[in-house]
Amino acid sequence: MLRNRVSRLAAATMGGALLMAAAACGGGDDTTTGATAGASSAPAAAGAKVGMAYDIGGRGDGSFNDAAARGLDQAESELKIEKKELEATAGETDAQKEERLRLLANGGYNPVIAVGFVYSGPLVKVAKEFPDVKFAIVDDDAAKADNITNLMFAEEQGSFLVGAAAALKSEKGNIGFVGGVDVPLIHKFEAGFEAGAKAVKPDIKIQTKYLTQPPDFGGFGDPAKGKTAATGMYDAGADVVYQAAGGSGGGVFEAAKAAKAMAIGVDSDQAALPAYADFKDVIMTSMIKKVDVAVFDFLKNFTSGTVKAGPAIYDLKAGGVDYSTTGGKIDDIKPKIDEYKQKIISGEISVPSS
Amino acid sequence: MNGFLDRVLGRVRLGGWLAVAAPVVAIVFAVLITSVVLLVAGKEPVEAFTTLADYGTQPRSMVMILNTGVMYYISALAVAVGFRMNLFNIGVDGQYRLAAVIAAGLGGAAVVPGVLNIVLVVVAAVVVGALWAAIAGLLRVYRGVSEVISTIMLNAIATGLGSWLVSEHFGVLTGNDLGTRPIPDDAHVPGIPLVAGTPVLVNGFIVVAILLGAAYWVVLNRTRFGFELRATGKSESAAVASGVGVKKMIVVTMVMSGAIAGLIGMPELLGASYKYSNNFPAGLGFTGIAIALLGRNSPVGMAVGALLWSFLDNSSNQLQLLDISKEIVQIMQGVVVLSVIIAYELVHRYRLVAEQRRVSRQLAAPAEPPKAEAAV
Repeated sequence: MLRNRVSRLAAATMGGALLMAAAACGGGDDTTTGATAGASSAPAAAGAKVGMAYDIGGRGDGSFNDAAARGLDQAESELKIEKKELEATAGETDAQKEERLRLLANGGYNPVIAVGFVYSGPLVKVAKEFPDVKFAIVDDDAAKADNITNLMFAEEQGSFLVGAAAALKSEKGNIGFVGGVDVPLIHKFEAGFEAGAKAVKPDIKIQTKYLTQPPDFGGFGDPAKGKTAATGMYDAGADVVYQAAGGSGGGVFEAAKAAKAMAIGVDSDQAALPAYADFKDVIMTSMIKKVDVAVFDFLKNFTSGTVKAGPAIYDLKAGGVDYSTTGGKIDDIKPKIDEYKQKIISGEISVPSS
Repeated sequence: MNGFLDRVLGRVRLGGWLAVAAPVVAIVFAVLITSVVLLVAGKEPVEAFTTLADYGTQPRSMVMILNTGVMYYISALAVAVGFRMNLFNIGVDGQYRLAAVIAAGLGGAAVVPGVLNIVLVVVAAVVVGALWAAIAGLLRVYRGVSEVISTIMLNAIATGLGSWLVSEHFGVLTGNDLGTRPIPDDAHVPGIPLVAGTPVLVNGFIVVAILLGAAYWVVLNRTRFGFELRATGKSESAAVASGVGVKKMIVVTMVMSGAIAGLIGMPELLGASYKYSNNFPAGLGFTGIAIALLGRNSPVGMAVGALLWSFLDNSSNQLQLLDISKEIVQIMQGVVVLSVIIAYELVHRYRLVAEQRRVSRQLAAPAEPPKAEAAV
């Protein structure tokens, strides 16, 4: 009887802990939003009112939402636009995403930018309701309308280059890939990385691990999971690990530091980011996906009245993806990587995307 | 004597004005604490609450609140069935997601036309949810594995299994989103124009949710099964002594909980998204736990809780327009749950103390005990 009571109590505590954990998820950065909003109400802002809808994580995720935010900030200072940013919550329905976009469009925000393919379905509906508002969506080409611009990236091409760099730098002939969530978008990173590595060394060993399975998107924001996965790879003989895992990437860098090995960053030039200053010694390069450039370009085109609907492809040729050289760790192999880059641009090498 | 847990799970009833006092105290608590949090964050509480009130009274937002509330309510019912018997089905989350994947796969294949397809999808979801929950029930009965542990693990397995089913069997790629084939138009559950002044329709599953709530009340309070379930929840040994087959009860309750859980994803699947994709709402099972606690397992209480939770969730965009971060909404939700637990506990203790005082007063004045007792 006593045992039973204790187990009940334990159960109750656990349930409580879970609720707390759920409530704690997605820690806040309300300060940024608050501070920037104060600036936006300045009288100088006579330009466009830009509405931005982020995916889960929002501004401050150190990854692709942040990259979009950088583009917006740049536009704010250079193009004198006003901005309003809304963020998704975990576990919401398409209808709630739709409401977010509608709220922006209805509130006089034009253009409206949706960050992430999760907005694809909702955007199609809202774009139809507001034919006079221009919309853009990042990472999605399924939402098509006369007033939707699709900002697409050739992640596989950038990943090919860092894959080649990993193979050139690996002494053990053993490298790893850590993906945040097992979704088609991240498969593109993996496919490019693998193709690049094999182009250098056909018999190279590549370990692959995805942190979570959808609909659990926790793999994009769980450094502990990233660390465990990468530690496993280093223990199994890898000496370079590439991460496409959003906020979990920090854990991969930690593991690299502990194993005195190398890691490759993603989305931003992560060796140059203050958030990762402790790990800049282990980040040999990063695959840069210039969401900021795409967002800024779109806003610039908007202010000059030259927005084009349909896909805008940001590949190597357009400079939409690239690799970084901060820290000088790959200076010795740079000519070789640039050679691959030219071959991809000229079409001599075609990189698989899945 | 009843324990804290009995009081938290609403197994002890409050009578008279105390039943009204507890929720009022809880609301006052929640508003006060939220105001403090807003002030600390440098925001204006009055402005925030005005925005919330304004949002909640618009026809369009009412429909949104009802639509998410329907899912939350079904989830709370699934959790509450277990709670009433001291069974902690933490696995509602995995049960509804796995059920939705398989049901969506079947529905998308369109093996039967029209209404038959709707029936097929719903039945498949209920069966999958029930079977998945039954695993935990059987493990508990035959191997003594705590259902808390097994359901948490089954959640992880359900995620993996669902993801594998979508990527290897049912999946169709649209842009960067992988999902099941959409359910054909003839098998969509139509919405209901319930709220005037907006073209947005209320999800047809609101009818199912109301019926489920009524059935929950009838089964628990007016049937022998419900009596046995509540008896087992209050004292397992007493239930055994009075001839209740506790093992059977555990499995049956778990299966019931899982069957209801299977329905959680249906409003979204058959009334909104028509497919299960990477975008399908996750985590509704955990929301259900919070709402069951909030509503103290009573069908009406949980309905109010579900609507309140849904209202807060949906108003997050409006608050963000005021530059109040969405995390504040999560803090509010947490505060509401804690307030309810604390307020009820306080009221219970007040009642206990008041009772003791009354008894000691009666003992101190021995002149007219029979009269006083008759008055009670």
